[in-house]
Amino acid sequence: MITIVDYEAGNLTSVKRALDFLGFENRITPDVDLVSRAERVIFPGVGRARTAMNILRKRGLGEALLDAFSRGTPVMGICLGAQVALSRSEEDDTPCLGIIPGYCPRFALDNPDLKIPHMGWNQVRVEKEHYILKDVNPGDEFYFVHSYYPQPEDESQVYATAGYETVFPAAIGRENLFATQFHPEKSGPVGLNLLKNFAEWRP
Amino acid sequence: MLTKRVISCLDVRDGKLAKSIKFVDTKDIGDPVERARKYYQEGLDELVFYDITASSDRRDIMIDVVSEVASQVFIPFSVGGGLRTVEDCSRVLLAGAEKVNVNSAAVKNPGLISEASRAFGAQAVVLSMDVLRVGPGPEIPSGYEIVINGGRTPMGIDAVAWARRGEDLGAGELVVNSIDADGTREGYEITLTRMIADAVRIPVIASGGGGTPGHMFEVLTEGRADAALIASMLHYGEYTIAEIKSYLSNRGLPIRKAGMPVT
Repeated sequence: MITIVDYEAGNLTSVKRALDFLGFENRITPDVDLVSRAERVIFPGVGRARTAMNILRKRGLGEALLDAFSRGTPVMGICLGAQVALSRSEEDDTPCLGIIPGYCPRFALDNPDLKIPHMGWNQVRVEKEHYILKDVNPGDEFYFVHSYYPQPEDESQVYATAGYETVFPAAIGRENLFATQFHPEKSGPVGLNLLKNFAEWRP
Repeated sequence: MLTKRVISCLDVRDGKLAKSIKFVDTKDIGDPVERARKYYQEGLDELVFYDITASSDRRDIMIDVVSEVASQVFIPFSVGGGLRTVEDCSRVLLAGAEKVNVNSAAVKNPGLISEASRAFGAQAVVLSMDVLRVGPGPEIPSGYEIVINGGRTPMGIDAVAWARRGEDLGAGELVVNSIDADGTREGYEITLTRMIADAVRIPVIASGGGGTPGHMFEVLTEGRADAALIASMLHYGEYTIAEIKSYLSNRGLPIRKAGMPVT
């Protein structure tokens, strides 16, 4: 059973639908106990870091996520879920969960032809082997929508990168946590494969 | 490198594809879900569903279509047509759409853009604008005017100014639809698209007039669009997604691969 954390941060049903399509049992819940004792956790989300962190704190879900992580539960963050796993976000200067030391800067694009948000399909390059990324081939594209990106202090926690003027981390991880800045649930067959690998991952 | 997107638009009336869409292969005529799934499997980057249902009491059918598509098609898609309030937007997003597409209602009530943007995030709000070439004038310095009701009602608003305002109000993306080029299949309105792309820092989707992959190339380069919207050239079976994508990529544009094997 995969537990999808409901913290009012955007459309969680698209992750649910992708898991349903793949045939993995799952539930969406805001329940603290269900999250901390979950077998597997997906932590999606779009929106502002500050709003997300306020809700996570108020409901005790931040603690529940840390608890699940420290128990060795496989946890996957997606998009905003990847960003709040770091220590801090530049967005409204928000302190975050701190599972991975690092912060989330905003794209500082000098080139006026490059748009913010970074929205659309971009190639993801695997920098370091990981079970969840095992089916990603060179040149595979994934769907991104974001203005900030996760930058771990320790480069060895960067598993994949993408380029948008600068090269930025597209997938990060530490022990039983893995997180993507892109949306696997909206990235067609290559994205679905990644969700399948997470569902079968034994860290 | 970020790729240029190939987006297709499907008009839906009472839950069926509009009659104006004539398909070559007759197997799935009328079913928007089947058509969406086919394009998804062939490697389309994104979809737009436009609800042209006349009576508002039949709009629930569209919600069912959105939900069906979301269960089978794992690329982003937006839904437009008849969205007048944040509640309308919320319903299609909860049914599984990635983004909402607001047009006439936003011109009449610009607050809709900011309210929807606050509620769902800028990335979920696409401002679609219908634009008519009128020539430069005191009120319309760019020479392009915003029109509503399918092009019948001029609004006295400059298209470039409206694009900027939409960005300020919190739209995450713009669809620039040229009423002059729409249906001609003689190419997109390059000047208009470029003017708007240069004026804003959010992605711009060019719409209206696309008849060949060459037209798409033109608007994605000279027109500086981030994505090109296509309809009949794809629906009529004149070009496949693979043909379009290989043309654009052979001419040097970054394009997502077509025709991935589907899980």
